[in-house]
Amino acid sequence: MSLGIIRPLADHLFPFAQGSRCIAPCGNMPSRLHLALSLAFGQSSTSIFAPEATPAHYIFGLSMFVLAICASIFIVVAGLLLYALIRFRHRRGFTVREPAQIYGSAQVELSWTVIPILIVVVLFLATARVIFVTQAAPRPEKSLDVVVIGHQFWWEYRYPKLGIITANELHIPVSNPNDPMPTYLTMSSADTDHSFWVPRLAGKMDVIPNKVNTMWIDPEKVGLYVGQCAQYCGVEHAKMLIRVYADSPSDFEKWAGEQARPALQDPSAAEGKAVFERNACANCHTVSGTPARGMFGPDLSHMASRATIASGSVPLTEANLRAWIDNPEQFKPGVLMPAMHLSPHDLDAVSRYLMTLR
Amino acid sequence: MATQTPANPITETTLRLRRRGRMLQFLHEWITTVDHKKIGIMYILYALVFLLIAGLEAILMRIQLAVPNNTFVSPQVFNRLFTMHGTTMVFFVGMPILFGFGNYLVPLMIGARDMAFPRLNAFSFWISAFGGLLLYFSYFGGSGLYGAGSAPDVGWWAYAPLTARVFSPGHSTDYWTLSIFLSGIGSIGTALNLVATTLCMRCPGMKLSRMPLLVWLYLVTGVLVFLAVSPLTAAQIMLCIDRYLGGHFFDTQAGGSAVLWMHFFWIFGHPEVYVLVLPAFAFANEIVPVFSRKAIFGYPAMVSATVGIGFISLTVWAHHMFTVGLGAGANAFFTFSTMLIAIFTGIKIFNWVATLWGGNIHFTTAMKFTIAFLFQFPAAGLTGIMLSVSPFDWQLSHSYFVVAHFHYVLVGAILFMIFAAFYFWYPKMTGRMLNDTLGSWHFWLFVIGFHLTFDFMHIPGMLGMPRRIYTYEADRGWAIWNMIVSSGAVFQAVAVLLFAWNLVRSYFKGDPAGPDPWDAWTLEWSTSSPPPSYNFAVIPTVESRRPLWDLKHPEDPDSQYE
Amino acid sequence: MTTAVPVPHQPVEEWHQPSRGIVGMACLITAESAIFVIFVTAYLYYLGKSLTGPAPHDVLDAPIFATVCLLSSSITVHFSVHELRAVRIARSAWWLAATVLLGSIFIGFTAFEWYDLINHHGLTISTNLFGTTFYSLVGLHASHVLVGLILLSLALIFSIAGKVTEHHAERLEVLSLYWHFVDAVWVVVFTVVYIIGR
Repeated sequence: MSLGIIRPLADHLFPFAQGSRCIAPCGNMPSRLHLALSLAFGQSSTSIFAPEATPAHYIFGLSMFVLAICASIFIVVAGLLLYALIRFRHRRGFTVREPAQIYGSAQVELSWTVIPILIVVVLFLATARVIFVTQAAPRPEKSLDVVVIGHQFWWEYRYPKLGIITANELHIPVSNPNDPMPTYLTMSSADTDHSFWVPRLAGKMDVIPNKVNTMWIDPEKVGLYVGQCAQYCGVEHAKMLIRVYADSPSDFEKWAGEQARPALQDPSAAEGKAVFERNACANCHTVSGTPARGMFGPDLSHMASRATIASGSVPLTEANLRAWIDNPEQFKPGVLMPAMHLSPHDLDAVSRYLMTLR
Repeated sequence: MATQTPANPITETTLRLRRRGRMLQFLHEWITTVDHKKIGIMYILYALVFLLIAGLEAILMRIQLAVPNNTFVSPQVFNRLFTMHGTTMVFFVGMPILFGFGNYLVPLMIGARDMAFPRLNAFSFWISAFGGLLLYFSYFGGSGLYGAGSAPDVGWWAYAPLTARVFSPGHSTDYWTLSIFLSGIGSIGTALNLVATTLCMRCPGMKLSRMPLLVWLYLVTGVLVFLAVSPLTAAQIMLCIDRYLGGHFFDTQAGGSAVLWMHFFWIFGHPEVYVLVLPAFAFANEIVPVFSRKAIFGYPAMVSATVGIGFISLTVWAHHMFTVGLGAGANAFFTFSTMLIAIFTGIKIFNWVATLWGGNIHFTTAMKFTIAFLFQFPAAGLTGIMLSVSPFDWQLSHSYFVVAHFHYVLVGAILFMIFAAFYFWYPKMTGRMLNDTLGSWHFWLFVIGFHLTFDFMHIPGMLGMPRRIYTYEADRGWAIWNMIVSSGAVFQAVAVLLFAWNLVRSYFKGDPAGPDPWDAWTLEWSTSSPPPSYNFAVIPTVESRRPLWDLKHPEDPDSQYE
Repeated sequence: MTTAVPVPHQPVEEWHQPSRGIVGMACLITAESAIFVIFVTAYLYYLGKSLTGPAPHDVLDAPIFATVCLLSSSITVHFSVHELRAVRIARSAWWLAATVLLGSIFIGFTAFEWYDLINHHGLTISTNLFGTTFYSLVGLHASHVLVGLILLSLALIFSIAGKVTEHHAERLEVLSLYWHFVDAVWVVVFTVVYIIGR
């Protein structure tokens, strides 16, 4: 594909695809459209029409253009069809035996071949522009690296340059458009195919074993962005939720600092820690600074700093945590964590211990 | 039937045995038949049974999804339901019913007495039928029915490595693989018959340029089947080698590639949907002219567009893989090739509109369904265009928007045209007319249900709802839309049951249809209804595309204009 | 009971259509080719990607003699059909026997090669990606050769029993088409496995 021709041409024709905002005269179009769409479809934390990061904005602009073209085509075709059905319907008393048999018309057929070809060329140029600007975008110097590993049925997040390993809740700094700091996600899977989809931040990207995919996100506003796994990966695919916290740079520094140090050792929870270590928990879970080094399940070193357990599907409270450890199947039937068969006393102790791991 | 009253027990026994003998004879005749008409009808009836079963699976899913965090079925059962629903609908409803109509109509329309290879025809039907039974045996086989047994739960595309022994223990995946493998053999056999019959058994005077468009479309469909079903067969052999001989085709731990399965599957999967939709176009090509009272507009363009669609459909497969990370160049290429198909498909739509234009349109039940198709298919195609725009697809793929799109094609275009084909050709096959009042009820209820379900289904997709999830969070704003979507299922179910009732009732009580109830123009309408087993006493000779028009309008035959 | 029959106004020129058997076999060949394309694609895709185990250049020796036998069998079967059309049944049977013999030699060599690979080089279908793709592709081809041999042997047996006449020439030609296809596939497989792959 000759980028030399396409990009300038497409830039000229489709200014909205260039950045996160329309150039005049579009002006307020994005916010008005967002408003209209929210009114039409209701508020949704995962609407693809409420973009909050550059990739999602590019896609939003392109999608509005495509929707407009497709809607116009439908109106024309349906209009012609409706007209024909009404105008040429059989009416009682219609005496002409058979209407004039018309077998074809070269001019008409040519025009309805050429016009679609032109529409396709226009659509294709607009699309190619956005493809290259997202997938082949050059990487800025300042960016955060996160490695995403998909598991059945949870997400592992590693920050190689910061020495952090965490699970299920992704914290990233917001990105100031004037001084961008996007987050680059490098993704692969430990088992089956998954897909990372947070609609308000970007399109989805599949997470595939033995393949490394990359994508980038740069949320502009502080907040929580949710999504979930979008590629059927087994029994609990539906509950492999994603939570992305876009923090202010200072909050992110604080969070990173806390995650990087080893797990807190609260002496009052020593009994629970002992329960954790002498049962099979350590086979699957890691708690840094302790003998627990298992890698099959999420890293629990700072699990109490998270708002949820079970990959975002259960709010973290001590009661929920206790119930989860007792029998995860009641929350996520088919989950890979077995019921631990602990005594009620041990359950209390280990839940209390885990709640101290902030 | 018998008018004598049994006078004594011996006669009664004889009569009973004679009736049973007649019943056995009847069954024997159908089981051993090689007559394309009977085989066609068996394909259609078989598909109707599976339509009801797969429809029930859909209803169960929609009940589960009507409200968030529902517990109507467990996740394991739900995953089996969507796998079985998809697999059944594509392989054991769509393919058989369309092959059934093709089997029945193609020899009649070209003036032949049967298919080129009648025994292969019968074999293809029975092996496909066995495949379907094998798939459903999975509910019972292996670990048995409790918890819905070991039906496959890997999705109808069975992505690797989810299908590896380590992630799918037991035999559920094997039922999926083997049943489709067998039905694939049947499909290739039927396609072979369609192609050989069309090329070798046309009646004198029927040059390729004089064949009814239905026959052209089935010809292209047949060729597509060879090129599309075979890759799936190959991939399934590879999957079996992986699962049972320790192979590593899709074993990512040994360096194998999950993406390779996707390529192989979609090299099948995309042409497959054209295999399903071309026969729907074929029906429209026959029904629209007859009820507009005009010849089809642009016959040569229709043929070229069909051949074009056939070719291009082999080059678009990776638009199912835009999110896999194939790279910007690949994404751009597949976007372009997918958009190209739209041009050819658009030509067909415009030709149909032009056929209606200036005509004298009769709104029979068959035509009602066809008109709905003429609105719904462009809509489906346009959502397809939206999906072909790969960045837009990065948001929409694997979401309910895609589910809505392909159901719009499969139900809104294909199933509607299948219903139309029933109303149009049932009189020919049975000698009876289907009841029009029931037909109207069927139509309107189904239209309402279809639009309630599949129009609104686009919205959760745009609001971020992925597919293949057994439940969803209450705080995402999806609940109200799912409720509306589920409500449409009721209308559709009632409509289909009414239709099934119409089929049965009309067989016994329908108005007798003559040979040509619609005043149509292709050769099948020159035989009696139903046709005799030999189709034509004298093989006809034709001089134009509409031989019966020439007969009925000797002052203005088509042969003057071609 | 048919109603009116269209009557031609001009005499129809001679009405020729291709033979069903040939068209049917062409369709089968198309479908089978598509299957082989997929296996060849997998073989090429996985070249050099095995994580362990013997590599092609370590263990493969080009089976030249077997290839010559197989490709010659295409020539012999062609002659067999030719002789049958010319009503020289006995000669046709001899050429058919030669075809079966040459095909069997090919299979024998394949069997020997596999025995050697499995027992002396430790390469099985589950060893690595090369093993999986090699045995699948070559095995798929070999199974097609076997089916062809069975059909050719049946034709030979019928021939010897005196049941074959010149009226069966077209059927034998259809079978020979299948055999030519099998040979053509071998040309591709040989090139991919023993030339490109090493």
